Amino acid sequence: MIQQPFRAPSGGAINRSKPLNFKFNGKPYTGYQGDTLASALLANGVKLVGRSFKYHRPRGIMTAGVEEPNALVQLRTGNRTEPNIRCTQVELFDGLEATSQNCWPSVDFDVNALNNLLSPLFPAGFYNKTFMWPAGWWMKYEHRIRKIAGLGVAPTEPDPDRYAKRFAHCEVLVVGGGPAGLMAALSASKSGARTLLIDDNVILGGALRDSTETLNGESAMVWVTAIKQQLVQMENVRILTRTTAFGYYDDNLLLACERVGDHLPPLEPSQSRQPRQRIWWIRANQVVLATGSIERPIVFGNNDLPGVMLSSAVRSYARQHGVRCGDKAVVMTNNDSAYHTIAALIESGGKVLAIVDSRSTGPGKAALDIANQHEVEVITRAVVVNANGGKYTRKGLASVDVNSYANGEIGNESRTIECDLLAVSGGWNPTVHLFSQSQGKLRYDDKLACFVPHASVRPQVLAGSINGEFATRNCLIEGANAGRLAAEKAGFVPREFVPLPTCDKIMEKPIEACWVIPVAKGRKFKPAAKQFIDFQNDVTSSDVALAYREGYQSVEHLKRYTTLGMGTDQGRTSNVNGLAMMAQLSGRSIPEVGATTFRPPFSAISMGAIASNETGENFMPLRRTPMHEWHLENGATMVNVGAWQRAQCYQRPGETMMEAIYREGRHVREKVGIVDVSTLGTIALRGRDVAEFLNRVYINKWMKLPVGKVRYGLMLREDGHVADDGTTTRISENEYYMTTTTASAGPVMSHLEFYAQTVWPELNLHITSITDQWGGMALAGPDSRKVLEKAVDASDVSNDSIGFMGYQEATIDGYPVRIFRITFSGELAYEIHVSSDYALSVWEAFMRVGKEFDITPYGTEALSMLRIEKGHIVGGELDGRTTAADFYLGCQSFKGSGTEPHGIKKDGHNRVMRSTKGSNMSEAGFGGMQKTGEDFIGKRALDRPGMVCDSRKTLVGLISENGKEIKRGSQLIEKLGDTPPVKMLGHVSSKYYSANLQQHIGLGLLERGEQWMGKTIYAASPLTDTYVPVKVVHHVFIDPEGALARG
Amino acid sequence: MLLINCPHCGDRAQTEFTYRGDATVQRPDPATASQAQWLDYIYFRDNPCGPHIEWWQHSAGCRQWIKVKRNVQTHEMLGSADATGEIADEIEEAPA
Repeated sequence: MIQQPFRAPSGGAINRSKPLNFKFNGKPYTGYQGDTLASALLANGVKLVGRSFKYHRPRGIMTAGVEEPNALVQLRTGNRTEPNIRCTQVELFDGLEATSQNCWPSVDFDVNALNNLLSPLFPAGFYNKTFMWPAGWWMKYEHRIRKIAGLGVAPTEPDPDRYAKRFAHCEVLVVGGGPAGLMAALSASKSGARTLLIDDNVILGGALRDSTETLNGESAMVWVTAIKQQLVQMENVRILTRTTAFGYYDDNLLLACERVGDHLPPLEPSQSRQPRQRIWWIRANQVVLATGSIERPIVFGNNDLPGVMLSSAVRSYARQHGVRCGDKAVVMTNNDSAYHTIAALIESGGKVLAIVDSRSTGPGKAALDIANQHEVEVITRAVVVNANGGKYTRKGLASVDVNSYANGEIGNESRTIECDLLAVSGGWNPTVHLFSQSQGKLRYDDKLACFVPHASVRPQVLAGSINGEFATRNCLIEGANAGRLAAEKAGFVPREFVPLPTCDKIMEKPIEACWVIPVAKGRKFKPAAKQFIDFQNDVTSSDVALAYREGYQSVEHLKRYTTLGMGTDQGRTSNVNGLAMMAQLSGRSIPEVGATTFRPPFSAISMGAIASNETGENFMPLRRTPMHEWHLENGATMVNVGAWQRAQCYQRPGETMMEAIYREGRHVREKVGIVDVSTLGTIALRGRDVAEFLNRVYINKWMKLPVGKVRYGLMLREDGHVADDGTTTRISENEYYMTTTTASAGPVMSHLEFYAQTVWPELNLHITSITDQWGGMALAGPDSRKVLEKAVDASDVSNDSIGFMGYQEATIDGYPVRIFRITFSGELAYEIHVSSDYALSVWEAFMRVGKEFDITPYGTEALSMLRIEKGHIVGGELDGRTTAADFYLGCQSFKGSGTEPHGIKKDGHNRVMRSTKGSNMSEAGFGGMQKTGEDFIGKRALDRPGMVCDSRKTLVGLISENGKEIKRGSQLIEKLGDTPPVKMLGHVSSKYYSANLQQHIGLGLLERGEQWMGKTIYAASPLTDTYVPVKVVHHVFIDPEGALARG
Repeated sequence: MLLINCPHCGDRAQTEFTYRGDATVQRPDPATASQAQWLDYIYFRDNPCGPHIEWWQHSAGCRQWIKVKRNVQTHEMLGSADATGEIADEIEEAPA
C-alpha cells in the first residue's frame, strides 16, 4: 500500500522528516508533523469520516477549519475521550486515536443508514411533532430516538488532565492574526500600548497561509514571519497562537481558550509541567476584531457527498499540507476567489476539469488568467445541480451534473462531468460572531452578498474581511489604521507609522449571490436528491420549505423548528443559506428576514477548560479553624458547614458514630465538654454611637448595657422576619464584640455595613469582621467552672466575679482571652475567645487541666442535640418566614409608635405581648426586651395583619410517642387516614435523638402551637413513608427555669 | 462581567461586588411615614428600562456600599459615587 497516496512530494508547512503514526477507526495511518487529523486522513485517501446525525448519510471532510460541520470524531480513548471534535482542528500527534461517530457497527456499514430511506418520517420539527403523538408511546420510543440521534459519547471517568486559568489585561487586544490583525498589532504596539494578539491557528498569517500573493515582492509568508519577529521582540506584546477567543462579554472582557498541550501525546499530569488547555480572561481597553471570514457552500442535490468540499479548504490542504483532495476536480463558484483553487490543486498534483461559474458576468481578468494558464475549461452561467455518488455512495463523489443557469433558474443545457472532487465557493461570510456577541448590529450588504458589521457598541475597532474587505491590500491598510486608532482611543500616541508592504492590486468581478439551486426535475425513477443546508443537523432545503409552509417563517422560528444552525458548528456554513432560502420563499429581502443572534461560545470549549483548576479541593475556598489539626489527630469526623470544616464528632475505637455522638451529648450534661466555636461570626464595633446603632439593628434595648456584660440580641429584616440571633458584649466604653451564627456571619456583616454606611451615616462607628482573627471554644457542663478556674492564670472566675451573661478578660498560660458566660446548651457554660494564633494552645490547656474532670471534646452533632433539648432556635427555625413572636420572644407594643395598627385583633395583640417566661433567650439575658417607641430595623413591618394574626405557626417541642425517629422535614398533620389533600398544620424544623431524655425529640413550627400542648399529632413524611405520632410539648425540654445556667 | 468603578479602588471586576438593588429608595422616617409608605419601601421597586442607580458593595475590596449608575438595558456604566454622594449627571456632548 502506498503511504499517503494523496500527498505531494513537496510543499506545505509540514515536516516530512517527522512522520507521526495515528489510528482512525482502529486502522493505522501515517501523517507528518504540521498535519491536522483532517489533512492526514485526506493524505491517506480517507474520504468517509463519519455519518450524519439524522439520516446517517456518509460524510467526509468539507472544510479546513472551525466551520467544519461533518468531520466530527470521537478523539482519544478512555478517560481522555472527547466527543464531537472537528478533525479539521486537531493537530496530529504521535499515537493519536480517533473514531467515527453516529454509526453502528462501523462507518462503512451503518445499520441506521436506513433512516435515509425513511426520511419522509423525519421531517422538520420531527422531534416536536412526536410530542403530539399518543402520549403513551412517548416513553417507548423516546430513548430509541436518543440512541439513534445524538453525536459522540461523553467520557464516564474523571478527566486526568490539568487545566489552568489566567487573567490578562491589555490596552489593545487583537483577535485574529491574518494580514489585518498583524498590521493592527504592529501599529498598536508601536505606541507602547500593551498589545495582545491571539490567533486560533498554529501559524500566524490567516488567509495568507494559502495564498500565492506577494508582499514586498516576496512570498506573503516571508512578510508574516518578519512581522512576527518584530512583535516577539517587543516587550509590550504578547502573542498567543492555538488560542480561540470564544466569548465577548461586558466591558471588553474576552475569554479565550489556549490549547497548550493538545498537539502533544498526552502525559500524566505528574509528568507534565503544563496544562492541557488554559482559559484566558482578558480585559482589554480596546479590541481590534480582525476575525476574517468563512467561506460558505452553495446548496445543490447531494451536496453532502464525501468529495464535495469548500474551495478554500481544498486550497488550504494543498498549500499548507501538500495534500490534494482529489485527482479529478471540478470547481463551482459565484465569485473570483475559487479560481485560486485551480492553481493550488494543480500544484498539489491534481487535475482540474472545469470551473463552473454561476455569474452572468463571468470571472474577472485575473481569475480568468489563472484558468487559462492552467487550461481549465470555464463554464459560465452554469451551476452544479446534483452531485452523484458511484455504486457505493460511501466511496464518495463520482460525477456532477452541470446545468445552464440564469436569473436563479436552471436552464435546459446539461452535462455530466466525472470527477472525484467538487470544490465549492458560494462567497464569504464575515466572522461576525464575536462582534455580534458584543451587541454589535449587523447590516446586509447586497453587493457583497453577506452580513457585515454595522455599528459597534463596545470600545472596539474592526479591520479586514470581517468588514467585507476581502482584498489583501485593503486588509493591510484597515489593519494598520485600526491598530493606530485603538491605541489612540486607549490613550497612547503612536510614535511611528508602520510601512505598508507593497502588494498587488487585483481587479475582481463582484460576487453574484447564489444560495440554493432549484431542484432539478424530470429524472425518471429517481426522487429529487436531498439538498443539504445544515450538514451537521441534516436540515435540507425541503425542511426549510416545510417550515415556511407551516408558518415558521421568522428566522428564530426557522432555527428552532428545523434545528438549522443549532449544531456544534453553530451554522457557520448554513445560517446565511437557510435564511436566504426563507427570504426567497417568502418574497422578502434577506435583511427583512434578519439574522439570528450569536451567543458565546464561538466554538465548543471543553468542560475541563471551563472548570480550569477549580475542581476537587480547589472548587471553593475551605476555611479551617485554628484547632483543625487537633480535631483530625483526635479522631474527628470533619463535616463541611458552609465553607468551614467542623468536627462532627470524635469517635473512639470500637464506637459507632451515633454512639460517639450520644456519649458526647450525655457527657456535657453530666460532666464537662469542650467544643470549637471559632466558626461563629465575630464582629468588632467601635465608636461613640455603637449602642445607638445596636439599638436600631436589634429588637431589644442596648443603651444601658454596662461594660463587662453580654446581651442576647435578635435582628430582624426590614420586613419583620427574623434575620439572625447572637450575642453582643460591651468590652469597654466604646468597644463592642458581636457574635453571629456561623452561617450568617457574611450576610450580617454586610447588613450592618449597609445600614451604617447608607441609612445612618451620621452615626459614629466602625465595623470590622474579625472572624478569622479570633478563635473560640465553649466549655459546657456542670464541671465547666472547675476547668476554667484551673485553666486561668490568676483570675477570679467565680459566680460572683463572672455571673450569668457576664464578661471578663483573663490569661491562660499567658495568652490573653475573653471569657463570656453564655450558654447554648442550657448548662453552666463559658465561651472563651482568643486570638487565632493562640487558640490551639488555649484549647490544649483546657484539655490538659480538664483531664481530671474527664473533659471531652464534642462535635457539631452533639451541639445540635443539646441545643434542641434546650429549645434554642437556629437555621432550621430561622428560615426567613418566622417572626420573633413565633418563638415567644415578645416584641414591643405598638402603642405609641405613632402608627395605626390596622386589623390587629385583641388576642393577636396579646400574643405579641405574651410572656417570654421559659424562653431560652429571656433567661439568657434578653433583658429590656420590650423596646417601645424607638425605631429598629423591621419594626414597622411587625404590625402588618399577617404578622400578628392568631393563626401563625409558633415554636413547639415534639416528642415521638412510638420511639421511632421523627423524619427531617416532616409535615405536621392532625390525624392519619384522611383523604388527601390533608391540612398541613406545620412542619418539623429540627429533630434529634436526645441521649439525655432517651427520646426522639424535635422542634416544630405549628399553627396556633399553644392550643395543641399535650395533644398527639403526626409527623408525616410521605417521601419516606414514615408517619410518627408526636406529642406537642413546650419547646424547652431541659431545665425550663434556667437554673443550671445560672448556677 | 461588568467593570465597576469603585470611588475608592477604581475600576474593578464585578466578581468583587455584591448587588443589592435600587439605590434611589430612601428609608422613610419611621416616626412620620404612613403604613403605605412603609410597604412601598419594603416591597415595591420600579423596574426601569435604561439608566438606573443601584447599590453595590465592594465586598471583596474596600467593603464600601457605593451607588452605581448603570444602563440596565445595555450594561453601560454611567458613573458611581459613595453611599452619601451623588452621581454627577452625564455631561452632554456639545452637538458637532
